[in-house]
Amino acid sequence: MNIHEYQAKAVLRAYGVAVPDGEVAFSAQEAAVVAERFGGKAVVKAQIHAGGRGKAGGVKLAKSVDEVKAFASEMLGMTLVTHQTGPEGKVVKRLLIEALSDIQKEYYIGVVVDRQTGSVVLMASEEGGMEIEEVAAHSPEKIFREMVDPAVGLRPFQARRLAYAINIPGPLINKAAGFMMSLYRAFVDKDCSIAEINPLVVTRDGQVVALDAKLNFDSNALYRHPDIVELRDIDEEEPIEIEASKFDLTYIKLNGNIGCMVNGAGLAMATMDTIMHFGGEPANFLDVGGGASEEKVTAAFTIILSDPAVRGILVNIFGGIMKCDVIANGVVAAARQVGLDRPLVVRLEGTNVDLGKDILGKSGLPIVAADSLAQAAKKMVELVK
Amino acid sequence: MSILVDSNTRVITQGISGKTGLFHTKQAIEYGTNMVGGVTPGKGGTVIEGVPVFDTVDSAVRSTGANASVIYVPPAFAADAIMEAADAGVALIICITEGIPVLDMVEVRRYLQGRSSRLIGPNCPGVITPGECKIGIMPGYIHKRGHVGVVSRSGTLTYEAVHQLTTLGIGQSTAVGIGGDPVNGTSFLDVLKLFNEDPDTEAMIMIGEIGGTAEEDAAAYVKDHVKKPVAGFIAGRSAPPGKRMGHAGAIISGGKGTAAEKVKAMEAAGIRVAATPSEMGTTLFAMLEDRELVAKCRF
Repeated sequence: MNIHEYQAKAVLRAYGVAVPDGEVAFSAQEAAVVAERFGGKAVVKAQIHAGGRGKAGGVKLAKSVDEVKAFASEMLGMTLVTHQTGPEGKVVKRLLIEALSDIQKEYYIGVVVDRQTGSVVLMASEEGGMEIEEVAAHSPEKIFREMVDPAVGLRPFQARRLAYAINIPGPLINKAAGFMMSLYRAFVDKDCSIAEINPLVVTRDGQVVALDAKLNFDSNALYRHPDIVELRDIDEEEPIEIEASKFDLTYIKLNGNIGCMVNGAGLAMATMDTIMHFGGEPANFLDVGGGASEEKVTAAFTIILSDPAVRGILVNIFGGIMKCDVIANGVVAAARQVGLDRPLVVRLEGTNVDLGKDILGKSGLPIVAADSLAQAAKKMVELVK
Repeated sequence: MSILVDSNTRVITQGISGKTGLFHTKQAIEYGTNMVGGVTPGKGGTVIEGVPVFDTVDSAVRSTGANASVIYVPPAFAADAIMEAADAGVALIICITEGIPVLDMVEVRRYLQGRSSRLIGPNCPGVITPGECKIGIMPGYIHKRGHVGVVSRSGTLTYEAVHQLTTLGIGQSTAVGIGGDPVNGTSFLDVLKLFNEDPDTEAMIMIGEIGGTAEEDAAAYVKDHVKKPVAGFIAGRSAPPGKRMGHAGAIISGGKGTAAEKVKAMEAAGIRVAATPSEMGTTLFAMLEDRELVAKCRF
């Protein structure tokens, strides 16, 4: 789960991570009120769940309250297109108004879970403000890492070593190390999957501050963080994906026109791949899970069909414990209930597959049966041409 | 022969009184798995599906001599269940549970260091040695005893591969689902090593997906150490970056973990990668024909 920058900064502030003074604003008037506290010298930052805001015009420096007001009215309601939003962009509905920092130098600090070692890793670099992937590509020697032993957590010596490695000015080493210790504590306490401070800045008045902050949370751990769940901004999510999650379906919207319904995440991905292999474009990723009950299949059909781009549906189910005849009954009932108006290709395999195919054939519905995934994908691609 | 499990494996179910645990314990017993007990705190002293139930894993192991445990407990308690099994000295721990917080698994990985237990999963279908021992949620009947090892991050894709092999008349030595989570107990590399050292496994299928670099690591091992034919498939060639495709581990981030990179590393290691999942079986079959191993691998 993603949250906004101003929310991330509030979470971090509670752990003692230094962040600039600032507040969220939902209108130009609110923005002006906040900016008055800073004598009008403030930065106006568009709050959307995507990076690259600066280049897209979503971050502006103001010298007066009037200027803050002007920037705020300009930004609120505008569609921001960055390299992370996709071409459709995102509408700005919230702003962060912050006091200006007198920046001396920018750095990068990130915290992630390293899959290979199965541990939390802190990464730091002197190349602040740049995307870490870019730094990794052109000068990997400038990225320093500390692996954390979960039994004892991040040790101060590790934080100091990182601070020295990225050439934090001598007098500020302990401040920077303290910053990292607090950041690590927040990461672990709140079950983050990513914490990124880019840039971390050292100011001319000797502060070590998170100028930007991005926190992502492990959705599997949200059950123990009701405070984080409250920070969810539904406006930033695909409505269709939210609807699917209500039925315990994993749905991800894509750009094609072939709707897919599959059991299992791996097989769902493989189904999309096969559609593309035969020249088609999947409209979605949808995993109905192991159960694939009639109720779930009906919900899945309804959700897939609610996407106007969908011109046909491909169902690919490997019936294991769940028998194919049960699945076939579910598909037929669901297709009747939603009044299926687009071609449907079904590929069933597994227990009682013949019974299942028989049910589909006798349903009187225009269902095209396929014997293999490849055949199903080929047929579907032809049908939507 | 086989890897990890066989007819001598003595299995307990952690979470045996829950709906999923109960159902799959029953299925395992029907398949012929040597189920020797179950664990549910508070249900000790009862009998479920004909096997004795214990309050703790430790007491279950002491009474039954179990050397494998399968975990079906809910995600919030699964990490604790794995550690309890490791503490009791269970040699093989198979965690089926999906949705365990990643940082819980980070602690589990640390806890397992220096202990003798091997963890398979979490978020996996389990392990099966056809005709001998089925631990997990896979449909038993699609498997046939034989000489091809199957390892995969995905459940239904494993069934797909096994079913294709069986349809071609090729049996399996053992099929292992390592799970779709970013932090897990056993990697592709670990399983391929076991298959490579198993005299009864003649060939392997490795089914990966986008995210991480576990497939690349395994490919490097295959390149240097494996003479047996290996076929493969990578799911997620069509997946856009930054979107988590169902599995917590299946995400392309920071330009890493793409299908193209994985396929390239695998092909460079001599692994033949199927273009579509429908061709996993035939791709391996062609390799068996090249090496004149078909007759040996038929069931």
